[in-house]
Amino acid sequence: MLDFLNTLDRRWVFLAMGLAVAIPILLGIGATEQPTAQTQRMFDYIEALPAGSRVLMALDYDPSSEAELTPMAYSFTRHCCLKRHKLYFLTLWPSGPPMLDKTISKVVLGEFDSSGRPMKYGEDYLNLGYFPGEFGAVNPICSNLRQSKSQDSKGISLDALPMMNGVNGGKDMQLIVNVSGGYPGAKEWVQYGSTPHNIPMGAGCTGVQATQLFPYHPDQLVGLVAAIRGAAEYEAILAKAYPQYNELRWRDGTRRMGAQQWAHRLMIGLILLGNAIHIASRRGRGRR
Amino acid sequence: MQKTVPVVIAGSVGALMALAFFSPPLLWMREKAEEWFTILAAIAMLLGGTNLCVHHLRRISDREAGWGFSAVTLLTFVITVGVGVLKVGVVPESARNLDRAWSGGYLQEGGAFWWMFQYVYSPMMSTMFALLAFYVASAAFRAFRAKNFEAALLLVTAIIVLIGQTPDRDFLPEQLSFIRFETLTELCKKTFVTAGQRAIMIGIALGVAATSLRILLGLDRSYLGGDE
Amino acid sequence: MWRSAISIRHLAMRQTQTQHGACDEARTQYSVLSARQSLGIVPCAAWRLLLLVAFITLELFEPTVVSAADPIRPPSNVKVEEIPYRGGTSIKVSWDLSPDDTTDGDSRVEAYEIRFDQVPKPFSQIESLAFRFLPGWIWNRVWRGRGSSFVMRLQTLPGARSIEPSKYYDGSSFDGTGVDSGSTFRVSVVSIGTDKARSAYSNAVTFPRFRTSPQTAPIDKSWFALVVILVCGTVIVCTELARRGKPFYVRPIAGLQAIEEAVGRATEMGKPMLFVPGIQDMNEIDTVAGLTILSSVAKTAAEYDTPIEVPTTRSLVMTAAREAVQAAALAAGRPDYYNEDRIYYVTDEQFGYVAHTCGWMYREQPAACFYLGKFYAESLILAETGNAVGAIQIAGTAETTQLPFFVAACDYTLIGEELFAASAYLSGEPAQLGMLKGQDFGKLAAMVLVVIGCLLATWDSILPRGKDAQGKDLPPRTQFLRDEVLKGG
Repeated sequence: MLDFLNTLDRRWVFLAMGLAVAIPILLGIGATEQPTAQTQRMFDYIEALPAGSRVLMALDYDPSSEAELTPMAYSFTRHCCLKRHKLYFLTLWPSGPPMLDKTISKVVLGEFDSSGRPMKYGEDYLNLGYFPGEFGAVNPICSNLRQSKSQDSKGISLDALPMMNGVNGGKDMQLIVNVSGGYPGAKEWVQYGSTPHNIPMGAGCTGVQATQLFPYHPDQLVGLVAAIRGAAEYEAILAKAYPQYNELRWRDGTRRMGAQQWAHRLMIGLILLGNAIHIASRRGRGRR
Repeated sequence: MQKTVPVVIAGSVGALMALAFFSPPLLWMREKAEEWFTILAAIAMLLGGTNLCVHHLRRISDREAGWGFSAVTLLTFVITVGVGVLKVGVVPESARNLDRAWSGGYLQEGGAFWWMFQYVYSPMMSTMFALLAFYVASAAFRAFRAKNFEAALLLVTAIIVLIGQTPDRDFLPEQLSFIRFETLTELCKKTFVTAGQRAIMIGIALGVAATSLRILLGLDRSYLGGDE
Repeated sequence: MWRSAISIRHLAMRQTQTQHGACDEARTQYSVLSARQSLGIVPCAAWRLLLLVAFITLELFEPTVVSAADPIRPPSNVKVEEIPYRGGTSIKVSWDLSPDDTTDGDSRVEAYEIRFDQVPKPFSQIESLAFRFLPGWIWNRVWRGRGSSFVMRLQTLPGARSIEPSKYYDGSSFDGTGVDSGSTFRVSVVSIGTDKARSAYSNAVTFPRFRTSPQTAPIDKSWFALVVILVCGTVIVCTELARRGKPFYVRPIAGLQAIEEAVGRATEMGKPMLFVPGIQDMNEIDTVAGLTILSSVAKTAAEYDTPIEVPTTRSLVMTAAREAVQAAALAAGRPDYYNEDRIYYVTDEQFGYVAHTCGWMYREQPAACFYLGKFYAESLILAETGNAVGAIQIAGTAETTQLPFFVAACDYTLIGEELFAASAYLSGEPAQLGMLKGQDFGKLAAMVLVVIGCLLATWDSILPRGKDAQGKDLPPRTQFLRDEVLKGG
């Protein structure tokens, strides 16, 4: 038995992980989370902004990190729409525009079009599309984005859009919200955008990036929402403030937390098992 | 000469970038340099595309092991470029442009490129990223073993952080309720990890500065193939 | 700029219509009532008389209240002041309303136009000579716009008493008109009447420092500049000392010492090696550091004649890697070792690249894998695959988030600065080794700052500074260190 475990084929581990993730998803097992201070601050900041504030929504991720970041992107957008903030969507990732389109069609159009006060394109929200230049694009976007782009993603001149009246760039925004899947992402927005131009910024990021962004909170980031857990926390706060979002169908992050928790449990089990095998093998060698 | 010119260019542009960081009047020169890099990198895409075709065509013509993969790569490359450039399935977005068939965006919803992005590229990328979960589990099973003191420390930290992420974090009996895994997790992440990361980042920043200086002064030319 | 002016003008028109609509309303009311009266709805003769009087009054007195012949008067007391803390880019122009701009509905002012004249700089002696003697076409090409004045106009609503022009222009408008940042401007305001007549200009105010881009100081971040000069200066001094023969001790780096072992293992097993120089372009210093190590690995590999595969995500990196390997083969005395087919571009896509590289690893079963450069989420997938095929693995990155994965899955990991030290370490040149010593000064400076910061913070917490004369809390002692020194100054 010990020999079998010592030479355990990694595919058994893969199978166990597959089951730990798939079963909670298939059975719809979710899990709510108690909000941490950094998530609560992010919510409070957006909530406290006066209605109609300008918010730059930089969604810097692609399909690879979509599963982890979409729930928080939806939550931020939903919250801003509820507060009737003006949203300026853009991305620094070449494969990011479909992420913008999805967020707009799912939340801005899908949820608010049928409401009494639909969001109007060019007046309440705007899709600026992809900005090339990676980190180098951040500074021009904040200082004067017309230098980088004269049209929105649909090819409409920025001058013809009412939302762009009196807006030159990020420095005219009341908040930058960045959903970051890697490079360029929240770190670059802090370094080249929000800090030099003194614009308040909040971020959502993948779990791996979180430790890199902790040092920026709370001085340079008004709030930080980390990974699926952060998204679930944000959803919980949003549902408390706006009870119509209490249903699980609005809470992708909460639903995905179930799979994450079972995966964590499996990992703890595997680490304990690995150590048990290690100790048993050492004892076995000692006896021999 | 072949090595001197690149070193001179690297040195002068690098010095300019560093000076412009401190001197705003030079910012426009820095921006120009960045624009030039973007242009060069964009032209380099052609180099990359050409190399991709040549490399795989040679593999196919030599019937090297796995040449079938090369054929698939080339075929998908041609299809993707063709569909994107020709805007297959794209319709004009504005009523004013009905006579201009190509006026729609190449990633327009319903277009062939969008379809490929949505139903081929996107699931494949998600799948590859999702593989991480499996590899993390396998690496944790193998690597987190208390082989020595440092490894034991790593193991204990890993266990604390993982338990802190699950709802089972309050599993301890009443008498031990002062040990809160959630608090310990936050302590690990925000105190030890952040402190360690900052120390590493200071070292990295100094390393970057010294390496940049070596390159700017032309002392280190190994990335150009050395002095030979 | 003009877009904004147009939209403001549009608003102005709408507002003017509202303000001047009083007469129309009275007229409309009169005609409606007349119609009702004819239908017998308002039978009272007194009403009829009252409305008739109102109509006659409006018709008779309106032209005398506002005479088209009277010129509209300009606003007065124009002032220009800089809005602080915006690097000189923002000014506020304010004025007292024109006497004709009243709020009782009879205002004759439709808008205010603010005019900015760029005051041409005086010619230098050379320019004066050039202006006199050069042919016109050369003058126009070289000194185009030099002697001319630029006028920018903005319009506001009636009743407006001030405007912040920076809200209504974008840099491109200024760029297109050749305005020099830091030019002197003359600002004046003119009233525009409802009949489009323009008043005379108000008093003109000269404003000397209007900037089109922020950051006025020629040297910014002075503290940071000082730190950079100190660190770089020490690095250069140490290099010079090393050149003059001063010996410096550099601690052994296990990962770099293992390179020869890894190449030897691959040679013994008759298997190829894999080298991944990260997934970023040449503008990342990690990639450059990776390529310098590639140069050394390729030299050893050429000596043993062990093939090395270098798939890249960027074509510029591919070109640089080819240069490095070719030079290394020449240095090893084995020019035939270089095979450019083994150094190739795969794709810019992160996971597409991973799919290719992992596939290659499973097929070719390399004996040694090197991952040195900038890595993100693919690090663990690559390292675990390498582990699965039983390769000896050496990794190095400055991306702190990926270090734990490499540490868990690889045999040797170069942590952060070790990656950058590798080139100097492998070259063995005294000058480069001296540079590593210079870095230590930077670490010493960082440590001193950390200790000073800790002591000040402790002092603050034990003995707070108290309150000033106004009763406000005095800033903590750490403030200067934190806000001025560490944030650049």
